[in-house]
Amino acid sequence: MANIVCECGHINPIGTHLCAKCGRPLSEEEKSKKIADMRYDGTAIRSKTYKKTFIDHIWNFFSSVKVGVSLIIITLVMAALGTFLPQVMYVSVPLGMTEADVYEEKYGLFGKLYYTLGFSDIYSSPWFQIIVGMLAISIIIASFDRGIPLYKSLKNQRVRRHESFMKRQRIYGEEAMDEVQAAEVFDKAQEKMKALKYKVRREEDVLLAEKGRFARWGPYINHIGLIIFILGVMLRLMPGFYLDKTMWIREGETAAIPGIEGYYIHNNKFIFETYGDSDEKVEASQKAADAINSKAKNYQTDVTLYSDKVDGKSLAGNTDDLEKIKDYSIQVNKPLKYDGFALYQMDFRQNELKSMKFDLVNKKEGKSLGQITVNLDDPAKKYEISKDIYIELKSYYADFSGFEEGVPQSASPIPNNPAFIFTMFTPEVPKGETSFVAIKQTLEPLGTTKYQMKFNSVETRNASNFTVRQDKTLPLLLIGGIIFMIGVTISSYFSHRRIWLQYTKDGRLLLASHVNKNWFGMKKDLDSIVSYAKLPPYIDQVDEDNKKKELDNKEDGDNT
Amino acid sequence: MNLLDLSGTLLFIAFIVYLVATLFFGGAIKHTQKDVSTSNKKWGTIAIYITVLGFISNLGYFITRWIYSGHAPISNMFEFSTAFGMFIVGAFILIYFIYRVPSLGVFALPVAIIIIAFASMFPREVSPLIPALKSYWLTIHVITTVIGEAILAISAFAGLVLLLKHVNMKVRSKERFWLEGVMYTLVIVIGFVLATSIFSMAKYEAEFTYVDKEKNAATIVYTMPALFGMNDHKLLTEDRMEPLVDMPPIVNAKKLTTVAWSFIFGTLLYLLLRLILRKPLAEKLQPLVKNANSQLMDEIGYRAVLIGFPVFTLGALIFAMIWAQEAWSRFWGWDPKEVWALITWLFYAAFLHLRLSKGWEGKKSAWLAVIGFAIIMFNFVAVNLIIAGLHSYAG
Repeated sequence: MANIVCECGHINPIGTHLCAKCGRPLSEEEKSKKIADMRYDGTAIRSKTYKKTFIDHIWNFFSSVKVGVSLIIITLVMAALGTFLPQVMYVSVPLGMTEADVYEEKYGLFGKLYYTLGFSDIYSSPWFQIIVGMLAISIIIASFDRGIPLYKSLKNQRVRRHESFMKRQRIYGEEAMDEVQAAEVFDKAQEKMKALKYKVRREEDVLLAEKGRFARWGPYINHIGLIIFILGVMLRLMPGFYLDKTMWIREGETAAIPGIEGYYIHNNKFIFETYGDSDEKVEASQKAADAINSKAKNYQTDVTLYSDKVDGKSLAGNTDDLEKIKDYSIQVNKPLKYDGFALYQMDFRQNELKSMKFDLVNKKEGKSLGQITVNLDDPAKKYEISKDIYIELKSYYADFSGFEEGVPQSASPIPNNPAFIFTMFTPEVPKGETSFVAIKQTLEPLGTTKYQMKFNSVETRNASNFTVRQDKTLPLLLIGGIIFMIGVTISSYFSHRRIWLQYTKDGRLLLASHVNKNWFGMKKDLDSIVSYAKLPPYIDQVDEDNKKKELDNKEDGDNT
Repeated sequence: MNLLDLSGTLLFIAFIVYLVATLFFGGAIKHTQKDVSTSNKKWGTIAIYITVLGFISNLGYFITRWIYSGHAPISNMFEFSTAFGMFIVGAFILIYFIYRVPSLGVFALPVAIIIIAFASMFPREVSPLIPALKSYWLTIHVITTVIGEAILAISAFAGLVLLLKHVNMKVRSKERFWLEGVMYTLVIVIGFVLATSIFSMAKYEAEFTYVDKEKNAATIVYTMPALFGMNDHKLLTEDRMEPLVDMPPIVNAKKLTTVAWSFIFGTLLYLLLRLILRKPLAEKLQPLVKNANSQLMDEIGYRAVLIGFPVFTLGALIFAMIWAQEAWSRFWGWDPKEVWALITWLFYAAFLHLRLSKGWEGKKSAWLAVIGFAIIMFNFVAVNLIIAGLHSYAG
């Protein structure tokens, strides 16, 4: 395609708005404007130039700011839709019910509709992920589309610009003066500009002062940060990068950490404290004090971490030979971190049954023949009191939930509601008699017995629930976040300021200035340079326009 | 006088001082209209120094309460709202010393005053932290976020000044409707303050039993006459009003009642104001902004977003994620509060990108800034009080 040759002789690529060398307007669109469009410094932007092939269309679609903003808004709206009702991950579904049932029961028709339309799991829906993916593509393409030409243009910037370029800057001023005076003004301006930390380039009768060009790279840096972050999030879907497991462990138990090979955890003690336990200062009113006293203060599990890799060699499943690594108190907000994984205190069960004591009692006399202790996690088959007095445990139901067709059922292996079928052997009844024993319930299914297992006492303990997490993407996410913050800070708190001075052959001194944002700050700089060096007074052409418009409006108002 | 009483007194002083400062800013603008002499500068200077005094007193509240309770006072609705009001004033002072425009003050200060009044309607007891909040990240995350939001809010006030200046209140239009809507919303918040204060002064209390959504029996104490009743409720207190309308279990009828009373009081107040002023409130405020420089207001609106956005990102997303990873084992969990922080962030990201396009300066940009503030307030009030989630510590 043909290039554009500027009057100054510089050859510009097609699509250029302002000549890269002298700054004359090149495109018809640009010529029609009173003030130069300084976005991307008037360079040829691919998406604004090539609009023919299929690839052009795709490129142009994703590089458009409008499309980018639309994608942001769609993401925003979808994200908001997901907050109307709790997401499925926060809804507990009771046994025998489906998620749909729960939504319908809790939230009625709206809940049912919400679930059916997929809003209840919107963030893992392909729609949401496609939009975020498109946003990522848009960020990448738009950055290349504008960033590269802008970089080239600013790098090859000339000091001398054509007068038309100067005049078409938003801030412009001119004044006639003789050569000697102009030289003096240039010197003083240069001095002041340097004091204000501008980089000054002077070529005889022209001058360019520039400050904070790096601010222009801010958006591109923050986009790189965002892309790294999104990549990190995508990486979690790859196996091996992300582990999310949960484990229950009782006091006194040692268990392998699920998903983390070679590490074991021992639960020494679970501690639950409320503010009432301590003598911290509380409010005067009794009601408030009560509320505070029952408020949770601490959830903590004292654990010991073990490894089976003695001397670097794995003992694979051998729990006798564990090497102690460290003791730690896992609290909310204080996870146990080791070797890239972490254990979090998530939940607990207090007073879980550990063992039960029974007396073998003669019903008539109430005399005990002896006592047995049943370990509820691992009950023995036979309990011997003496040679001819013993008890056999025929069946054990850890979480007795009732009878089904005459057969006792257990809802879970957790001893929430233990029940037993004992056969008691005594000298009186050597062939044994059977009794079904549950909490507050004794049945004698095979006929009345002479003896019974009388409940004596119970021993309890606590159990802790940990989340086991390994997330190898975290460093990447952190790097992405830091790069984003650097970029966004650069582009927000710094601005790219430029001042052009020119002494024309016909004896006028021209002043023009541009800043990518924060015109207020730019004018402050200018004011101090102008007053120090006696530069020509300048006007803000946009501001003047507005004032004129306002006046016009007022006149219009009067006419109606 | 213990530290807590001192803290309360300092807050009250700050509140009164802000009221006085608002009047002075009004004076500064009035004088600008008459003559561009030195007197207006003097009023503006006096006003900002009064504001700074108030802010120091407000900081005094913050620090003494911090010392007394042993944790940063940002852990419940009262503390958080007060901090938000305080930092709005702080952000305004910052912007004032850059741009020196008194007209911003007549919006920033009253909004801060309303927010602090709103805050004081919530229980003010110092309560110890639950385990989930016990982390230095609470201080870092919340304070950074609130400062970010406060700076972003300044953008909305600059937007309001610009809109009041340019929207013709004499002719019926969508803009006029929405601008008056903003004023009405502010009056509704005052309605909430009125309703809460009046009923609490009358010591209104009515106890009910009800059945919650998990089908458990529970009791609840209304502090306003029950307009809406909880599911399957039974009134226990004698001589108290029976609810007018019954609600299903998923609706918290007590909160709904509070909202309804706020609207009733707010609307009555609004009607009263209209009756006295004989003009829409927005029109009444217009003379205050007649001489504001639109170009400058537009720039302040943009600049406030530029300054606030990185702070907000750091506090509400990055620090939030770091803490979430420590406390909940995952840096992101799509909890409503998290999602609304993301929504706020996306919205201001869209705002910044739109500013790159032509035609999004001036009024359009001002409306966006007002909408942004509405999103912040929604996250702050509605998500805390209505949408239950992991962040609902406020109650």
